[in-house]
Amino acid sequence: MLAFIIQRLAQSILVMLVVGLISFSLFQFVGDPVNNMVGQEATIEQREALREKLGLNDPIPVRFIKWVGLAVQGDFGLSYRMGMPVADLIAQRLPATLELVALSAVMALAIGVPMGVYTGLHRHAWLSKVFLTVSLIGISIPTFLIGILMILFFGVWLGWLPTFGRRGLVDLGGWETSFLTLEGWSYIIMPAFTLALFQLTLIMRLVRAEMLEVLRTDFIKFARARGLKSRSINFGHALKNTLVPVITIMGLQIGSLLAFSIITETVFQWPGMGLLIIQGIQFVDIPIMSSYLVLIALFFVVINLIVDLLYYAVDPRLRVERTAGGAH
Amino acid sequence: MSAPVEPGTMARSSMSLPRTTDVLRRFFDGDVFYSFSRSPLTMLAFVTTLAFFVAAIFAPWLAPHDTSDIASLDLMNAFKTPVWGEYGDPAFPLGTDDQGRDVLSSIMFGLRISLLVGFAAVILAAVFGTLMGLISGYVGGVVDSVIMRIADIQLTFPAILIALMFDGIVRSVLTTEMAREFKMTSLILAIAASQWVNFARTVRGSTMVEKNKEYVQAARLIGIHPMKIMLRHVLPNVTGPVLVIGTLSLAIAILTEATLSFLGVGVPVTNPSLGTLIRIGNDFLFSGEWWMTIFPGVTLVVLVLAVNLLGDWLRDALNPKLR
Amino acid sequence: MRKIMLATTAAVLLAMAASASAQEKVFRYSTTGDILGLDPHNNNEGPTNTMKSNIFGRLIHRTGDLSLEPDLATEWTAKSDTVWEFKLRPDVTFHNGNPFTADDVVYSFKRQTQEASDMAFALSSVKDVRKVDDLTIEIETDGPDPTLLLNMPNFYIVDQEFMEENDAFEVVKGAGFQNFANTHPNGTGPYKLVEWVQDNRVVVEPFEQHWDYANRESNIDRAVFTPIGNDATRVAAILSGEIDLMYPVPLQDIARLEADPNVDVLQGPELRTIFLGFDQWRDELMDMPGSGKNPFKDQKVREAFAHAIDTKAIQRVVMRGASTPTGLMIAPGINGFPEEMNIPYEYDPEKSKQLLEEAGYADGFPVTLDCPNDRYVNDEAICTAIVPMLERIGIKVNLNAQTKSLHFNKIGAAENNNTSFYMLGWTPGSYDAYNVLQNIMTMDGEGHGAWNSGRYSNPDVERLTDEIAVTIDEDERNDLIRQAFKIHYDEVGHLPLHQQALAWGVRNDTVESVVQRPFNDVDLREVVMK
Repeated sequence: MLAFIIQRLAQSILVMLVVGLISFSLFQFVGDPVNNMVGQEATIEQREALREKLGLNDPIPVRFIKWVGLAVQGDFGLSYRMGMPVADLIAQRLPATLELVALSAVMALAIGVPMGVYTGLHRHAWLSKVFLTVSLIGISIPTFLIGILMILFFGVWLGWLPTFGRRGLVDLGGWETSFLTLEGWSYIIMPAFTLALFQLTLIMRLVRAEMLEVLRTDFIKFARARGLKSRSINFGHALKNTLVPVITIMGLQIGSLLAFSIITETVFQWPGMGLLIIQGIQFVDIPIMSSYLVLIALFFVVINLIVDLLYYAVDPRLRVERTAGGAH
Repeated sequence: MSAPVEPGTMARSSMSLPRTTDVLRRFFDGDVFYSFSRSPLTMLAFVTTLAFFVAAIFAPWLAPHDTSDIASLDLMNAFKTPVWGEYGDPAFPLGTDDQGRDVLSSIMFGLRISLLVGFAAVILAAVFGTLMGLISGYVGGVVDSVIMRIADIQLTFPAILIALMFDGIVRSVLTTEMAREFKMTSLILAIAASQWVNFARTVRGSTMVEKNKEYVQAARLIGIHPMKIMLRHVLPNVTGPVLVIGTLSLAIAILTEATLSFLGVGVPVTNPSLGTLIRIGNDFLFSGEWWMTIFPGVTLVVLVLAVNLLGDWLRDALNPKLR
Repeated sequence: MRKIMLATTAAVLLAMAASASAQEKVFRYSTTGDILGLDPHNNNEGPTNTMKSNIFGRLIHRTGDLSLEPDLATEWTAKSDTVWEFKLRPDVTFHNGNPFTADDVVYSFKRQTQEASDMAFALSSVKDVRKVDDLTIEIETDGPDPTLLLNMPNFYIVDQEFMEENDAFEVVKGAGFQNFANTHPNGTGPYKLVEWVQDNRVVVEPFEQHWDYANRESNIDRAVFTPIGNDATRVAAILSGEIDLMYPVPLQDIARLEADPNVDVLQGPELRTIFLGFDQWRDELMDMPGSGKNPFKDQKVREAFAHAIDTKAIQRVVMRGASTPTGLMIAPGINGFPEEMNIPYEYDPEKSKQLLEEAGYADGFPVTLDCPNDRYVNDEAICTAIVPMLERIGIKVNLNAQTKSLHFNKIGAAENNNTSFYMLGWTPGSYDAYNVLQNIMTMDGEGHGAWNSGRYSNPDVERLTDEIAVTIDEDERNDLIRQAFKIHYDEVGHLPLHQQALAWGVRNDTVESVVQRPFNDVDLREVVMK
């Protein structure tokens, strides 16, 4: 167990270092950081002072080590646009995106898994066909179109939900949350559902496929032969076995939820990281871009670690396999 | 819709795919063909896809107006409703947009760009990914580890993000004018960059299985070049999974392109793709000029749906267990 | 505001939050893009200036009807042709509590007139600002300046002590060391900054120690400015009541907003002229590397462009009638507007082709059109419409439409006028023709040509502009203005398109009254809520 965790941890650190190297090169070599920061009017002395301050006169490996050192402390430098510290900008935006992503993930699981189980168990029921058709349409409509149509329908025609932004916040010691007021919920529900829809259909299809596979396996057949109740077979054995891939996918999907929050946030003007990065990219604000990369990678790595640990809890068979072979 | 979605599902489904099956042979044996003819939905999807392809390829001849010829646009034709509406004009069956562009024609020309970008990206990703997968699976060892770790890291960043970053970097490195010239290429590269991993993983798996089979071992013993072995014996066996992934990737690529164009980093407004058309029309959605968004939107959804259906069917058809 | 009812456990919290917000009068308003920065001497852009004027005091304030009223100066007298004396208001404090004195005015003058400041134009005629005593200053101009007082609302007063403490004298563009002033405004204005979350919101609250707080007209407790770039989202937001005011109303949505009983659409003429500019400075057009030619140096080419663009079609279709095609760089209502000369260039593509042929460009040439996409009404759509018009006379146009701050950086001094062909809109900050001549139509002299991005320069116009600056007699001055505009018009120095119309959407269930100024901005002093 310990060896496994250490191995995964080492791998995670390696991944972070590689992503860090990419971000670092982005910052160091794309454009002239000094020019980007001071503009045309700056004097030569100002430029030189800034070079010194940014450590641009050191050899590259030293610069990288310094950069990693600062990044670990959460210091990603100054944004090119207004000279505000990137860490502050991110801290301002992070809660909004994390809440959005978390709610989406919960929605996707809470709706997707039962739908998947149902369609898996009742392959030929008409409701299953409806679910499947809807899910196929779900993955064929671009997120932005869903967002626009939802705004049009719920926001403008029905007037039930607000159309943009994030309000009704309660400040919990620096973390502003939407979840403690009705108003907060009214603002988050539509963007979260828009973001969840794609994952939801994905999870449903995945659970269905897994259920179909598992139900065909011998141990289920034996269980049936032994006369176990189908309820206990379906949920006690079959569903439990489908959870492994669902967990894997959900882990992988957090990354794409984060990325897709860029679109959702643009459509709903949700003041999170997505809006920050899209502006950052428009302005070629390299410090924002590179720190966003690192942050996404960090999420990915942490979540994957958690997923790996969850495997242990869910599927005992994997304990041997996963420690034995590095590949997967 | 994003890359990391599929690798998981596809990696898994590919594991259940028969790796030794030659798709073409099976097709002509009638197995796959039979399943095709039995599914009316699939046939419908196929016909739809085909129709879109024809419309796109022959747009310059079929479209009522050549919207790619910018000089022919007349502002005075702007905001015409579809032909059955109040300000309909038979010359513009689905109405016109804010610049006087015929909506039907611009959808056809838009399809052209969407499909071109999608196809180019997927083919690029498939070729590169397959090659990486073959090398990784066949050579193994350090090479395998390196390629697969790169793939892992790559998976951290969904297609949209890679494409956006790519766009940002291109714009900072090149001048505005050069970046514009390079736009289409950079779009294709970015989407391809986000998709090769899916191919590489699947092909690697198949390759590793094949590699240890006796005939490959034998071929190696009699001194046939490894590359030749891979191309001659391993490649044909991975065609099936590659085809499935390719089809599903095409759907994703088209959506990615539309999304990027919607975010404003896609192809230029003067030569719009479906995503750009939707973005432009979006501004007019509330004012009742719905046709400018809805028609390109529906086209996009139907196209992606049809391609997805084909991909799904192909996956199931090649997987005997599910039948 | 209707909301969906969800069962939550936080009912108590909700009740508390609701009761707290019910008593506060919060005014929420929105336009297309965020402000560029809060350093009052840095940028010169409409929405940015408006926010600056809410936060910073000026010697003289311009009210909604464009008349001048005392702000930090209580009275002013001309002591001679070139010297004005201003009595300053006593007992005024900055937002940080520092007292306002004559030293702050002197310091602000020095800060605003440095080269990097886009606001330097407002004080370009000023030779010196002298402190007489703590509450009296003298302004000396180079020559007699008829527009000095008109420019005073553009002279922003900062706190010397505060700026020096933070080493923020220098105006810096981009993110350098001293961007402190951009994010830490400290003025004497009626509103103080609560927070600015970039691209998200600017929140201000009334400054209770403001010298005129007791008599204030506005009753708002807080104002939240939110940039919403997407037209459809902005429209949805006003319809659902999430914001109280928004501008510009997308032209296609005016009818829809008018039909809503809770929304009024305020319309009126704007004093902003939208025009196109040509690079007449580089020897080689950036789009034609290696050719050694810049077609725009040839008057015939500029004329060809002028006759190729159908401003009437743009007015009718793109602007849905809400614009006035123009041939001049200033709008009716600006001092010195020569009405009889306001003839838009005739639309005649045949003539354009002929002119191009005469100029040696029968086959046309490629050019990139730089355009903002979130600044003026339908800016990107206008540019998109221009592309086929030019295409028809053989010009291959690449459209480069981007967000306003990138656009202004590219065509402005920050990137050394990195443009060949661009769109810009201009309202003279002094409401006088001289401002346009100084900023757009000339290059020579201090504070000149700040936004003359194509560097159009004609010695006669330069000379006339210098004369206009110091001519007091109105008839004589108007005649000089007429001469300068005539030269510029005849050689198509720039290509004016139209004056756009103002269209604001206002919730009538929350907003009691608001003054729509022809400058297209919201002065929070004049917002009264129900």
